[in-house]
Amino acid sequence: MLTLTDVHTHIGAYHILHGVNLTVPRGQLTMLLGRNGAGKTTTLRTIMGLWHASQGRITLDGQDISASHTPDIAQQGVAYVPENMGVFADLTVQENMLLAARQARRAQDLDAQRLAWIYKLFPAVEKFWHHPAGKLSGGQKQMLAVARAIVEPRQLLIVDEPSKGLAPAIIDNMIDAFAQLKASGVTLLLVEQNLSFAQRLGDQVAVMDNGRVVHAGTMQALSDDTDLQHQLLGLAL
Amino acid sequence: MKQPELDLKPLLLVPLLALIALPLIGSPSSWLTLTVAGLAMGMIIFVIASGLTLVFGLMDVLNFGHGVFIALGAFVATSVMGAMSDWTQSANVWLNLAAVLPAMLVAMAVAAALGLAFERFIVQPVYGQHLKQILITMGGMIMGEELIKVIWGPQQIPLPLPEGFRGAWVIGDAAIEKYRMFAVVIGLMVFAGLAWLLNRTKVGLLIRAGVQDREMVESLGYRIQRLFVGVFVMGSALAGLGGVLWGMYQQSVVPQMGAQVNVLIFIVIIMGGLGSTLGALIGALLVGLMANYTGFLFPKLALFSNIALMVAVLLWRPQGVYPITNR
Repeated sequence: MLTLTDVHTHIGAYHILHGVNLTVPRGQLTMLLGRNGAGKTTTLRTIMGLWHASQGRITLDGQDISASHTPDIAQQGVAYVPENMGVFADLTVQENMLLAARQARRAQDLDAQRLAWIYKLFPAVEKFWHHPAGKLSGGQKQMLAVARAIVEPRQLLIVDEPSKGLAPAIIDNMIDAFAQLKASGVTLLLVEQNLSFAQRLGDQVAVMDNGRVVHAGTMQALSDDTDLQHQLLGLAL
Repeated sequence: MKQPELDLKPLLLVPLLALIALPLIGSPSSWLTLTVAGLAMGMIIFVIASGLTLVFGLMDVLNFGHGVFIALGAFVATSVMGAMSDWTQSANVWLNLAAVLPAMLVAMAVAAALGLAFERFIVQPVYGQHLKQILITMGGMIMGEELIKVIWGPQQIPLPLPEGFRGAWVIGDAAIEKYRMFAVVIGLMVFAGLAWLLNRTKVGLLIRAGVQDREMVESLGYRIQRLFVGVFVMGSALAGLGGVLWGMYQQSVVPQMGAQVNVLIFIVIIMGGLGSTLGALIGALLVGLMANYTGFLFPKLALFSNIALMVAVLLWRPQGVYPITNR
């Protein structure tokens, strides 16, 4: 569904991505792993058009989106949750959700059936519907950020470090939610540092180092190969 | 859409300042006259500053050329109202309004058109470059002032109040000038309109979200550039309207009037919190009241008092009275 071919990204004078090759298959959950500074966030931001690739090709369903602007990429059905979650703190939970539903003008226009499904995935969204998003806890904000990303059907969901800073109980909740999203047919690309989280959810895995993908394959294969884990990540899953 | 609970403390600053001034001024009637004058001045400044604060907040653009829209609006009003002098000189208030309202609308339209060109040719090439923004927008304002001189001449032009707007209502010993009440009403209408737009519409929701995190708004699929152009044009139009009100307040216009008001506007939007319209309203009312009270008590300290007020507010809330959370 999503393919990156020899993608290079420069940020100012810095050459961050050095020829990233990555394939995200439709309907599967692909984990992007790697040490801090490996280029994972830059890869996601380049896919979203927040930083433009200086070289290489990014295709979504065969269509080249390398030079597309962020709103156009989003309108093609790509939802993005950044590392800082991107929640609008001064808006209520309801307003955050309404904003993500591009066709809806008022809260009443939101798809009630889909909203009920989201409430089941993330009960905090319903509970704090009229509360300012800035008053939510870190875990609740992460739930809102993911809920907002799926308030309308999307074909690809990109999430940067969904488990970062979350309590174990919240992480379990997020894992359940992502598993249900995957089961609903959504394609997912997640950046993760939490290897247990990655192992429990991932179908495919790509490992980055120094701005390149240095390993790509199934999560099962990586889980079964302790030597490879040590070689790529410096520790075992 | 239910709004997050409002922090009431900054709202209390306005009555607090008025109450502090009462014993210093001594005479209640003088205090009432000055307070109404201060509120009127504050409302005019708010009309001018409301668009600028959104431009700051939404795109982080330092537009030091905002003053040119004020001056242009005022000069357009001199032409429109000059052409309708029979109506402005009539004692019939409705005929006066029939001259003033078209003058306001034309001033807004012309300022909006200039704002569109200003954004396209002056602001757009320097997005994200603050130093260049300051220099080029100031340059744009100088160019605008020179163009005004070419069209209307360099001299001061009178902008007399229509007959029906002159004079005052006397309440006890206090004189409440009619025009000042008119300015308050127009300011309240602008505030109500902006509040409706920002809090009750999807466009307003996008503006409020864009002020907090424009990158995320784009990631949700919205072209914030178009939104920004719209806000810039709206801000320019409001500055044009503010220029008409300010010109009538001063009863004369000069090409440099925008630059003169610029200082007050920046004090207002910094005090209010960049990007906050409610903050701009509070800041503008404080500035208007402070200017009138100190103008009466210590005339030489009028501008200094507003800068001191800004310093005091920023010591209390370094990001302004209503800071935008994600900024």
